[in-house]
Amino acid sequence: MALENFCNFHDILEDQVTTDRSAVFQTKKTLHTYSSDLALGKSRSLFHFYIPVSEYLDESPIQFGQISAIQSAAVSSEEPCSASSCLPYSLPFASSQSVPPPFPMSHGTTTLAFIFQGGVLAAADTRSSCSGLVACPASQKVLPIHSHLVGTTSGTSADCALWKRILARELRLYQLRHGRRLSTGGAAKLLSHMLHPFKGTELCVAATLCGWDGEERNDGRHDHQKKEMDFSSCEKTSEICEEEKFVSPTSEQRLVSEKPSCSGPSLVYVCSDGTRLKGTLFSVGSGSPYAYSILDQEVHWGLTVNKAVSVAREAVYRATHRDAYSGNCVDVFHVTSKGWTRRNREDLKEEYYREKERQKQEGRGRKQKQEATLSVKT
Amino acid sequence: MEYLVGIQGPDFVLVAADNVAASSIIQMKHDYDKMFKLSEKILLLCVGEAGDTVQFAEYIQKNVQLYKMRNGYELSPAAAANFTRKNLADYLRSRTPYHVNLLLAGYDETDGPGLYYMDYLSSLAKAPFAAHGYGAFLTLSILDKYYKPDLTQDEAVDLLKKCIEELNKRFILNLPSFTVRVIDKEGIHDLENLTLGAK
Repeated sequence: MALENFCNFHDILEDQVTTDRSAVFQTKKTLHTYSSDLALGKSRSLFHFYIPVSEYLDESPIQFGQISAIQSAAVSSEEPCSASSCLPYSLPFASSQSVPPPFPMSHGTTTLAFIFQGGVLAAADTRSSCSGLVACPASQKVLPIHSHLVGTTSGTSADCALWKRILARELRLYQLRHGRRLSTGGAAKLLSHMLHPFKGTELCVAATLCGWDGEERNDGRHDHQKKEMDFSSCEKTSEICEEEKFVSPTSEQRLVSEKPSCSGPSLVYVCSDGTRLKGTLFSVGSGSPYAYSILDQEVHWGLTVNKAVSVAREAVYRATHRDAYSGNCVDVFHVTSKGWTRRNREDLKEEYYREKERQKQEGRGRKQKQEATLSVKT
Repeated sequence: MEYLVGIQGPDFVLVAADNVAASSIIQMKHDYDKMFKLSEKILLLCVGEAGDTVQFAEYIQKNVQLYKMRNGYELSPAAAANFTRKNLADYLRSRTPYHVNLLLAGYDETDGPGLYYMDYLSSLAKAPFAAHGYGAFLTLSILDKYYKPDLTQDEAVDLLKKCIEELNKRFILNLPSFTVRVIDKEGIHDLENLTLGAK
């Protein structure tokens, strides 16, 4: 039956017989290798599905998986096996006994974020895939965390949604306790430390936190005026900007870092494997190489807001065109000193047809030109 | 993928690390600093598994600072190296071993400069020169051939440039730029980054 195959029913039966006999020989090895060998998670007894939720609810997320909590919990949760002998060692619970996933999860997505003069722009597709099927064509991968912080999510959707909520709760608590918002770097460090105990498990969260640090300044209005002035001169300067694009972002970066330490736009990439990188441009997911190639050509500090939005949309569009696991619509969020704003969700199918139309028009235009030149010659 | 190198002279230690932070085939960052300042005259260079490097290095960094706060004086480089190694060894046979390779470089008032090589199996060796990463296979023989115990700082920088030229020539991965620092009795000094075009 299908369910039996999924849950490896027969394998568990066989394992039950062999593990008891070889348990004594295996224990020393298991302690070493079990963090990478999740097959051991197949539970000791058929109907003993260990669900660690209740213990987690009692702990603060900072304490997740800490050694003292584990040992006491392992002792309390040890149950006598129904079989005649049971494993002499009780494996600590945080990294073991995870219920094996019933089907392989894939991490298909395209998300991107970058910093420019107008703040931080974050964009993502909306397809949630699951072993070759589209589980949801309209999921939300850019989740607001608080008024000035937005996070893109990639990896397992459930893990991302949960950890975003936990992060939002912890940031709100910090704000209430200390009277100020935690900076983006601080939020990233907090998330990274909360995820560290789960390293080596199936948890997969790769997020970029995009935020504006510091108090809301009235400079917001000045930026607007500057933007309007820049818009007219943008086309002329954009060419210069593109030539110097390797110089200007870094010099602007230096300017940004010379400002008081935590104010201005900020972008940090956090991954459940422990990576935490502060930068100005990130793209995450299976479609990220396709997006990177578009972004590396076009993104520089001096982009206007409209141009930045169109670059982000195009990068997601090209990635969804080539990557099977990304697609459907695109969400774009823009974070400034006044908070985040969201563009309407756009279906990329329309974009594809529009491009096809444009190519047809151009083809026709070229043909007409060719015929015109030919007729002139003859 | 990542490369660390250290060269000890009679009164200084020269260290360099590449600047790439990668995630599978993508370079996520081109200007990533892999050196952690443990104290005014001690640097820890750390490469290895993605999250373990920062977690472990920051843990050591904060503990060295704590020692200074509690006792009023700083740990010597030798003591810091042995403390780091002990932590690696303690975690090695636990549920969460740290997979990190380290170079610790420091200057001590009494003992002079010191370079300590540590790897993820918590081995420790004080060495006149050392390297980590695939690049080490290509550069250790250059260091063997040209190293003298009494080399000057300029000679050490030239030796470093020879190593990096060899990497650019023979290593299949692109390591375009390196952070270079020197520790001497005055403290830690940043030297110019060595990039692909520079000679």
